Amino acid sequence: MPRIPIGDAVESGIQFLLDRLGGLFDVVSAALTRLVDTVYAILVAPHPLLLIAVLSAVAWFAGRRLPLVVFTVLAFLLVASMQLWVQTMQTLAVVIVAAVIAVAIGVPLGVWAASSGRASVITRPVLDFMQTLPVFVYLIPAVFLFGIGVVPGVVATTVFAVPPAVRLTELGIRQVDSEVVEAAVAFGSRPRQVLREVQLPLALPSIMAGVNQVIMMALSMVVIAGMVGAQGLGAVVVQGITQLDIGSGFEGGLAVVILAIYLDRVTAALGSGGFKRRRAQGGGTVDLALPKQVADVS
Amino acid sequence: MIEAENLTKVYGIPRDRAVPLLRRADREDAVRNAGGFLAADGVSLSVSPGEIFVIMGLSGSGKSTVLRMLNRLVEPTDGSLRIDGLDVSAMSQDELRPLRNRRINMVFQHFALLPHRTIRENAAYGLKIRQVPAKERLERADQALRRVGLERWRDSRPHELSGGMKQRVGLARALATDAEILLMDEPFSALDPLIRRDMQELLLQLQAADQRTIVFVTHDLNEAMRIGDRIMVMRDGHVVQCGTGTEIISSPANEYVSEFIADVDRSRVLTAANVLRTPLVTARPDESPGDVLQRLENAEMNGVFVLDGADRVLGVATDEALARALRDGAATLDSCLVGDCHTVPPDLPIVEFCDLAGRHTVPIAVVDDDMRLLGVAPKAAILAALAAPRKVGHA
Ligand SMILES: Nc1ncnc2c1ncn2[C@@H]1O[C@H](COP(=O)(O)OP(=O)(O)OP(=O)(O)O)[C@@H](O)[C@H]1O
Ligand SMILES: [Mg+2]
Repeated sequence: MPRIPIGDAVESGIQFLLDRLGGLFDVVSAALTRLVDTVYAILVAPHPLLLIAVLSAVAWFAGRRLPLVVFTVLAFLLVASMQLWVQTMQTLAVVIVAAVIAVAIGVPLGVWAASSGRASVITRPVLDFMQTLPVFVYLIPAVFLFGIGVVPGVVATTVFAVPPAVRLTELGIRQVDSEVVEAAVAFGSRPRQVLREVQLPLALPSIMAGVNQVIMMALSMVVIAGMVGAQGLGAVVVQGITQLDIGSGFEGGLAVVILAIYLDRVTAALGSGGFKRRRAQGGGTVDLALPKQVADVS
Repeated sequence: MIEAENLTKVYGIPRDRAVPLLRRADREDAVRNAGGFLAADGVSLSVSPGEIFVIMGLSGSGKSTVLRMLNRLVEPTDGSLRIDGLDVSAMSQDELRPLRNRRINMVFQHFALLPHRTIRENAAYGLKIRQVPAKERLERADQALRRVGLERWRDSRPHELSGGMKQRVGLARALATDAEILLMDEPFSALDPLIRRDMQELLLQLQAADQRTIVFVTHDLNEAMRIGDRIMVMRDGHVVQCGTGTEIISSPANEYVSEFIADVDRSRVLTAANVLRTPLVTARPDESPGDVLQRLENAEMNGVFVLDGADRVLGVATDEALARALRDGAATLDSCLVGDCHTVPPDLPIVEFCDLAGRHTVPIAVVDDDMRLLGVAPKAAILAALAAPRKVGHA
């Protein structure tokens, strides 16, 4: 069998990108670094106790359930007492930036995929590819393109987290009762109005489930991002592993779990119920490109 | 005024490939072999202002397809459509939107309300699309909700309402836009029978006030008969018969329609006019009792309607009274006239008077507003009309 040099092709493709578009990658890299730094700066600006209060308030408004608030207070106090506050906030900043970008890319793509059978057929294999390709495989080119540090972590995380946003948005829109969509058209709505006033609001629970998944995916990438030089809990865990320091590795892992539980419960509560209640009172429109909980935290 | 000519819909294959197939003699097979489905085949209809036009047929017969071609939610493969003289089949999407918003509204089987909006916001939906300012559109929504009896619920959400109430919102949404044409796709099919009855009443009330042009899809013949001015029966995409309820009941076009109408409550649809017969014997008041009695004997009857010069019913003369008058030597029928009969107007449904048939010596008399005798409704004719779907003649 002749050898088909796919690997060589990819390698020279990356090299080509570096040679021709190196400047562009530098710009993207600088912008992302700046973004993560800004979010981080906002997170560590207040005293940890103040931020814990803010996080608890967000938890309360998301679901109005006291246990979640109690958990938030105790768990983040534990994080602070483990001396991992700074690293946790670094990780949170990366997660927020990656999730916002993934949602900003994924939701419109999902809308497009739901718009026609052909679009859906095109996106599906691409998403499968993105989701199943081992992370390191695109982490390494990302390091080549963006250099060591937080940026390849954010990029790899984003690539990894886009598929659920696309899939769940598409699913949500396709599940909207076709009669309701028909009614909107029958009363003279434009396609854009149908999307904004019927399809997106009715697909919201599913889209929020997508956002939730995006955040979980992003968190699961944290450790790996630590391997390519991103600061934060990933670095703590990686250090624990390489230095065989079981204790500090475990502490870092525990902080990741706390962050994961917090973000999961809050976004889940926002997706079912909490969101609708507030929409009912405020009557405002939802800004889907910037999910509520992200806006509240930053 | 809706005028549709030869509306045809082929699903599954693009229009430019479907149209040549339709020109062929074996179009149905040709379409099927090309992988398409002929859901509506040359449907022509015309609905006048103020009319309730019902499209009826079994599931899959193409009712919804035809209805949706009227506002082009379903794009016709062939045929022409005019609404109030406008050529709708030639309109662009940009021209269609205002048409849908202002002139043709729709009511859906499963209500199709926006679950995240309040009842008033739902009722105001069409006006919102029209960009009517919030205050005015909510006021108009409130008015529409008042007409369907839901004002109290205006700040609730759809999930808090029962099925019948939801469909009232669906109606209010269409009323609020003041569109003169209403397309209704099985609007009451998802409701239980009692509620369905109420909703039919409500629709008829609203219609009496507004005189909209309504196209109403149903598979329930009793419903069709109750609310429809005219009924179009469809089968496999074809129109089988189109006419008033009575026409369809009394002379179904074929076996399919007969089967369809087999379980309809005929006594509510057929009227006195449908069982009208010319009386065998009548009499004038100045005739002699002997002559009249002779005629009764020949016809083997026991009583006769006595009419004046303008055919107005003066009363009934029974054979016993005539015999008595003959013994007494009376010259006219004056002494034997009794009021022993029942009169009905020609448009009275049979259900209202069939229990009176056979109570009197004479059949039930069908009279006009002036008490002029139009004919009689013999018991045998009533029973025949209620029993046999096919052998009933016209009045
Ligand atoms: N979008 C579509 N693509 C392909 N076939 C369709 C489509 N819509 C309807 N059909 C087919 O066309 C036929 C007529 O459908 P239509 O919905 O008009 O029937 P209907 O009389 O309204 O039936 P029902 O009482 O079930 O609503 C059906 O056999 C249906 O399967
Ligand atoms: Mg239908």
